[in-house]
Amino acid sequence: MNIVCAGINHRSATVDIREKFAVGPHELEQALTRIRGIDGLAGAVIVSTCNRVEYYTASVCPIRVLDGLREYLQERSGGNDAPLYTHESPASVRHLFRVASGLDSMVIGETEILGQLKQAYAAATACGATTRHLNKLFQHAFRVAKQVRSETQITRGSTSVGSVAVDLAGKIFGDLNGRTVMMLGAGEISERTSRSFVSRGVDNVIVTNRTFERAARLAEEIGGMAVHFDDWHNAFDNVDILICSTAAPHPVVTREKLEPLLKRRNDRPLFIIDLAVPRDAEASVNDLENVYLYDIDSLEQIVRQSLEVRRAEVVRCEKMIDQHVGEYVGWMRNHIAFLT
Amino acid sequence: MDRLLLTGATFCLLLSFGYTLFALGAGRFRPGAVNLVAILGGFVILTADLWIRGHAQGSCPINSLFDVLVFMCWSILLIYLVIGPAYHLSLLGAFTSPLVFLVLLFAQLGPVGPAAQGRFDHDPWTELHAALSLVAYGAFALAAVAGLMYLVQDRQLKKRRAGALLYNLPPIADLGVANARLIRLGFGLLTAGFIAGFAAGHVGGVHTNGIKFLASVLIWAGYGAILLLRKIRRLPPKRTAEASMVVFCVALLALPAIQYLSSHK
Repeated sequence: MNIVCAGINHRSATVDIREKFAVGPHELEQALTRIRGIDGLAGAVIVSTCNRVEYYTASVCPIRVLDGLREYLQERSGGNDAPLYTHESPASVRHLFRVASGLDSMVIGETEILGQLKQAYAAATACGATTRHLNKLFQHAFRVAKQVRSETQITRGSTSVGSVAVDLAGKIFGDLNGRTVMMLGAGEISERTSRSFVSRGVDNVIVTNRTFERAARLAEEIGGMAVHFDDWHNAFDNVDILICSTAAPHPVVTREKLEPLLKRRNDRPLFIIDLAVPRDAEASVNDLENVYLYDIDSLEQIVRQSLEVRRAEVVRCEKMIDQHVGEYVGWMRNHIAFLT
Repeated sequence: MDRLLLTGATFCLLLSFGYTLFALGAGRFRPGAVNLVAILGGFVILTADLWIRGHAQGSCPINSLFDVLVFMCWSILLIYLVIGPAYHLSLLGAFTSPLVFLVLLFAQLGPVGPAAQGRFDHDPWTELHAALSLVAYGAFALAAVAGLMYLVQDRQLKKRRAGALLYNLPPIADLGVANARLIRLGFGLLTAGFIAGFAAGHVGGVHTNGIKFLASVLIWAGYGAILLLRKIRRLPPKRTAEASMVVFCVALLALPAIQYLSSHK
């Protein structure tokens, strides 16, 4: 028995090509039924995400299966040739383990792919399209992904400015439930960052902008409250996280303005995220006790550090994966199956 | 036998300390079962050691500087095991084990050994006074550990260092709360210890050495001042963390002197 993998991903094909070959959830059963008709194919799992479309099949005759898959994909895309990469075991096994561990993802170490693989496997199982070898393969892949995540730093840190800001807030406040965010300026990045906070439990958002109408509109969208720009300091007492993104040519949050406001806050920490260029907050504000100021450069620097840490961990992950590939291939050798 | 048990406990703490150093060096510093298991092992062995020596001495085994240091280590571990899970401060163990390891090592290498017999004349109030005071020291030690962690995390956040420490230390707000609560707990225990001392008639009377009493009152007043200033918002969390470390270092340095004076009253 051989495990054959054929597919396209974000490296081998652009999005306009990938979308032609994508298999939506509604057509998955039909697609599985169709490819199970390929001569020599015992079972299949189809993984279709925004970054990849992959077919994992169990077969005793890989060449016939690959020909059948190419023919099927041509049919699906209206005659286009897919820029397919293909792997046979053990390379196909290693490929799946790498995909499950996030090593083959656009952002190394991202964890969403594991959930997508689980969904794809569950869907194939529900259609009765999996075999003993595929079952064992996918269960093993989930185990490898868990081990790689827990024993290495491949998922450490965040890889976007918004998620870095949310992580840092967690390291300052712990639980974000009940915290209050103030948006000073209603720019696009600050809006996205605020939404990240709301998705992590922040339930009070105060929006202030030079154009009050824009603040009011955004506050309504997010479910927050708008205040006039000149009054932002009056609404400041309960604010835990301040997101600045005004277009002001000079600092809006100065040490002189902040010091008296901090005295009213009962020693609560204040996290300032300055996304504006030129910066809205004076750098010296970071020297005040209980105040933690991060500008766009420092957030991007953390993103870069996280990616570097993840890249440095790849070698360790590959070693773990190699060991598991050996285990799985050993198991395959001892459990030879024949097509009937 | 007691030395063997103490060596075993010291080894457990060394294991935890070594693991922390290794994990830090490898950039994989995160709360794990190793610290907890090593600390739990150290605590069980120390409990057995205290039980054996307590029986041999016929009283709570806090009759010499050696005894006091070992009992204090036991108190630190006890409070860690009780408080740590409640405050979700599993990483406190990584910082607690080096402190306990060093104190245990000092106790073992120091010139004074365990006392041959008790010196409390079977007076339960005196024993309660001494035991409560030492458990209070345990709480103050952990407050100092939480304070140190607060200062480390504050520095990581201020300097924008997104290393393993930042991601694995508890949130700074939680550390500030834990620091203050542990000071309150220690202060309460020390006050209760003083009350037990008064009840025994050992404080302020002919039985008490004046310098020992003064040193104890100064430590008590030091922590009391921290709590008072915190209450009236004159001491921000960072200064509280620093003060808790300073007062604990003073208390730790004063402990041998107090113990010496206690045994030569």
